[in-house]
Amino acid sequence: MTRPSRFGQLRSTQIGLALVTVASLALTACGGDSDPLSSGDGDNGGGGTIVIGSQDYYSNEIIAEAYAQALEAADIEVQRDFKIGQREAYLPEIESGSINLFPEYTGPLLQVWEPDTEARLADDVYADLVTAAEDKGLQVLDQSPATDQDSYVVTRAFAEKWGLETIDDLAKVTDPMVFGANSEAENRPNGPKGLKDTYGVEVSFTPIEDGGGPLTVKALEDDDIQLAIIYTGDPSIKKNDLVTLEDTKGLFLASHVVPLASEDLSDEAAGVINKVSAAMSPEDLVDLDARSVDEQLPAATIAKDWLEKEGLL
Amino acid sequence: MSLFGDALSWITDGAHWGGPTGIDHRIVQHLLVTFAAVALAALLALPLGVLIGHTGRGRLVVVALAGAVRAVPTLGLLTLLGLALGIGIEAPLLALVALAFPSLLAGAYAGVEAADRGAVDAARAVGMSEWQLVTRVEIPLGADVILGGIRAATLQVVATATLAAYISDTGLGRYLFSGLKSRQYDEMLAGALLVAGLALVLDLALATLQRASRPTTGKVPS
Repeated sequence: MTRPSRFGQLRSTQIGLALVTVASLALTACGGDSDPLSSGDGDNGGGGTIVIGSQDYYSNEIIAEAYAQALEAADIEVQRDFKIGQREAYLPEIESGSINLFPEYTGPLLQVWEPDTEARLADDVYADLVTAAEDKGLQVLDQSPATDQDSYVVTRAFAEKWGLETIDDLAKVTDPMVFGANSEAENRPNGPKGLKDTYGVEVSFTPIEDGGGPLTVKALEDDDIQLAIIYTGDPSIKKNDLVTLEDTKGLFLASHVVPLASEDLSDEAAGVINKVSAAMSPEDLVDLDARSVDEQLPAATIAKDWLEKEGLL
Repeated sequence: MSLFGDALSWITDGAHWGGPTGIDHRIVQHLLVTFAAVALAALLALPLGVLIGHTGRGRLVVVALAGAVRAVPTLGLLTLLGLALGIGIEAPLLALVALAFPSLLAGAYAGVEAADRGAVDAARAVGMSEWQLVTRVEIPLGADVILGGIRAATLQVVATATLAAYISDTGLGRYLFSGLKSRQYDEMLAGALLVAGLALVLDLALATLQRASRPTTGKVPS
């Protein structure tokens, strides 16, 4: 009885090994085909094909797709190398010139190059980023009004009751306020301590461990908490009619969408991309994200519809 | 090894004691939540279990239901309840009641069922009413198993009560959650050690009670 079963085990192990081998071979083959390095030689960016990359993040891919289609509409040849992964993976490719254009975010990108930067506000961050990119032999085009960053949100009712537009306005609220977020926020510099030090606003804290998810929204609606942190790009802000409070004193690191490009990108191409950036409002970005999350549409379709709406195609 | 040392020194650090976020306060909160959950569950589960054990009726249905409740993940239930009830201690408390219920029920009906049939028949023969049968014979004889159920439920609840901190400012779970994401592993391990210690103390206390409940040989339970 033991023998056959042993053979059986052996066989299944062998099959497993074979499968793994085949799978890894297939993966290697795929990697070879789409290897950004293999397509990166030549004088891209100058007059030839512009290689556009994107993070493996749906929102970022939509922006990259918008760049690509806008350039194509201007008869500029592009090549898409999308879904490359995280910054550690693609930044060297941009620096080496294998990728010529990439949608980035001002604050986080600056922190990669200058980890000790104290810039927080959008314009300061952008100014520092322009210099930092030049040092790397790269350039950043105009930053877009669209942002993707942490933000303090309140309900519409609460904002209207106290006339709130900025975090500063919270000082007008005379009722005690409770801030609800993941427990690590309690001791982060942009948590209750930051609110007090930067804005002079006092809040108490209650933990809700779902990262600004449905429980947090429910708590806001129940008035159990008055203040929460939710990503500006999160479609739930719009869906639940929440109000984002403007961070006038830079509690959060500004994170505007900004195109990172090779130094030799043609002025014509840069002009096209700058128009795309200027047209993209923060609300637009939220809508684009929402279409991806709610309607599960491909990035190309979402980008095309938006470009047409803005008259950029 | 050094992480353990860090966690221990985190616990013994005087700055972490006293006040509304101090270890002593968190332990009290944690114990209160645990007792409240077990007590609420017992209020329902014990009478129901005794009834089933005594009459033998409805056993299949209730036991199957309680078994199904066992399979419900507590965090999922907590999120559902939280969406219905909002944040605060109510949702975690209810989720913990659901967690404690099956063990308590199983202990109660198994204990009553396991009471020596000879003793039960004898009691009936001397003219005891059904109520007397239950309270004077079946429960005292089954106390060992019933307490075993309470012990199991308490152990589960005291460990899982860390989830109370998921949506409320309550209990030792606060150290786990806040340590996890901010990578303060000494704080996190300290929280885990405190929960483990609390569980051990409670289990030992209940084990002692359970032993004491066993009728000594030769003595007729009164």
